[in-house]
Amino acid sequence: MSAVLDALAALGAGGIAVLRRIGRASLLFVAMAAGVGELLRKPGLVVAQLYGIGVLSVLLIAVAGLFVGMVLGLQGFYILSQFSAEATLGVMVAASLVRELGPVVTALLFAGRAGSALTAEIGLMKATEQLSGLEMMAVDPVRRVLTPRFYAGVLSMPLLTAMFSALGVLGGYFVGVGLLGVDGGTYWAQIEAKIDFSEDIVNGVIKSLVFGVVCTWIALYQGYDTLPTSEGVSRSTTRTVVHSALAVLGLDFILTALMFGN
Amino acid sequence: MRNTRQVEILVGLFMVAGMVALFFLAMKVSNLAAVSGGKGYSLTARFDNIGSLKVRAPVKMAGVRIGQVGKIGFDNETYEAVVTMKIEQRYDRIPDDSFAKIYTAGLLGEQYIGIDPGGSETWLEDGGHFNLTQSSLVLEDMISQFLFNKASEGGKKNEDPFAK
Amino acid sequence: MPESESPPLVRVRGLCFRRGSRVIFDGIDLDIRRGRVTAVMGPSGTGKTTLLKLISGQLRPDRGTVEVDGVDVHALDRAGLYRLRMRMGMLFQSGALLTDLDVFENVAYPIREHTRLNESLIRRLVLIKLEAVGLRGAARLMPSQLSGGMARRVALARAIAMDPMMILYDEPFTGQDPISMGALLKLIRGLNDAVRLTSIVVSHDVRETAEIADELYVISNGKVVQHGSPEAMMRSDDPWVRQFLHGLPDGPVPFHYPAPPLADELLGAGT
Repeated sequence: MSAVLDALAALGAGGIAVLRRIGRASLLFVAMAAGVGELLRKPGLVVAQLYGIGVLSVLLIAVAGLFVGMVLGLQGFYILSQFSAEATLGVMVAASLVRELGPVVTALLFAGRAGSALTAEIGLMKATEQLSGLEMMAVDPVRRVLTPRFYAGVLSMPLLTAMFSALGVLGGYFVGVGLLGVDGGTYWAQIEAKIDFSEDIVNGVIKSLVFGVVCTWIALYQGYDTLPTSEGVSRSTTRTVVHSALAVLGLDFILTALMFGN
Repeated sequence: MRNTRQVEILVGLFMVAGMVALFFLAMKVSNLAAVSGGKGYSLTARFDNIGSLKVRAPVKMAGVRIGQVGKIGFDNETYEAVVTMKIEQRYDRIPDDSFAKIYTAGLLGEQYIGIDPGGSETWLEDGGHFNLTQSSLVLEDMISQFLFNKASEGGKKNEDPFAK
Repeated sequence: MPESESPPLVRVRGLCFRRGSRVIFDGIDLDIRRGRVTAVMGPSGTGKTTLLKLISGQLRPDRGTVEVDGVDVHALDRAGLYRLRMRMGMLFQSGALLTDLDVFENVAYPIREHTRLNESLIRRLVLIKLEAVGLRGAARLMPSQLSGGMARRVALARAIAMDPMMILYDEPFTGQDPISMGALLKLIRGLNDAVRLTSIVVSHDVRETAEIADELYVISNGKVVQHGSPEAMMRSDDPWVRQFLHGLPDGPVPFHYPAPPLADELLGAGT
């Protein structure tokens, strides 16, 4: 009997802890969202963070995009050539990239590259009392430290996603047209005919914006809420990557259903 | 740490590269350039059957893309499909007795509208209408027609000896 | 002395604070008098740092009040709290310098945040503060290049950058070699007297703290055990205070952590 009660109590405690975390994360989100006005007056803060979050991620994203596009070109060609439909290779590559792989893979890479770095940075600032130090200098660390990073992340994600998709389409072109002999004109013409601006490109950008908000938010919250020990920071960093990946994949399904499911 | 100016330049490059990539996707990958800004004019045509024609399917003349399907409607009175096409402004000399047909690109390909120009000296203008149309060929109809013809032919051949 | 009659700068009454089920403070009363160095001492884990966080409004008490300069800290809204904190400095154990800024920018940070002074004035102010802690020459070093004692002195320069009325020192002496310890002692006492600051030092380094403090509070198990001048406290005959202040290995706090008798355990382990 007491074992059952213990299990119930453990379940309840776990539930309360989760709710508490969600509450704290929501409060942080609201505070960061409300901080946008102050940032417009001090855009330099965001520029500095765009460097760390955006610029330093470009190489990874560019290389990944190129290779994903090349693999899509290769695999797509083998499958499509079974139906003598190589001409539509471009559509297959571009549609998969713009609709799905671009936003999703970019967000997953972003979580691993920039998200974990953000968590570790904020977590260490907390562990070394830098955040408390700011508080004591009457400077709000959420406004001054977290909010610029949040908007830099939100802004970086669509740009990185666009680079990923564009380079992927080019990668598919190199393989399909350059190596496998698909006609270059057909590749582009089919893409242009079948990919729609508002349905595909705009939806892709919306997805990447949502992923940017979620990934950066998770990373910053995990850093801000970390246990101020080295073990706590390492666990928060892991949680950032895991939670971001799950959130991105889950949200992608929901967004896809909403956008392309009529 | 790099100095502020270097950081600013690199961030600027990053933003420009992202914008260029977005622009590339919009212009080169999607059909934004083809339909941009609503410049162009509309023409309508009625078909008995449009097959699997879709919105945004191309409208071609002599194989050249001159516009796309904008809207597909249905007329409750005549039971016809009403297709509105958006034609680019520079192709403004379509004779008013032209023939609008629904073609299929390849055996499994998408369907599109092909326009065979007529001989008239007056051109269709915005809101104009194709009077001559040919519906999409429905594969089942074609096959059943073919079989029916074959059967009736065969029937004749079989009947003939008895008649003689 | 006129100061002793003026109301205390910090008045703590009936302060209770709990962390989970652990009681940290159970009804603490403190008076921090203006212009004095007041030391709060106690064994590790008695929540001395927590006390500073309660005074500066970073934590909320479960019960009781903290008044700073006649204002109830925990009744203030965020803006009011920030206004109050601009008149307080706090020296963290680790220094808490911003690691991506150099020493000069760290000291300039609060000035840039809260004022619109021009660059040459900021430069002059920062150099004066750095000179006061003897680190003007280190202005362009990064925090990672500083020793622990130097980092603490830079943090002190930053804490006094806005000319506060009070400075809170969190364990300023832990892990310092004798030379930087001496420098810190001299700085704390010197700053206090030179600009009529009020200082609260939280520490368990008895000898050093007693040397510079005007008044001592000893807390243990969530209560103030005793307070008074360092000389009077050193002569205290309370056995616990004696053990703590003189560092006796055995006394009311036993040397052995509670355990069953050794013989029982050894024999029990054998069977």
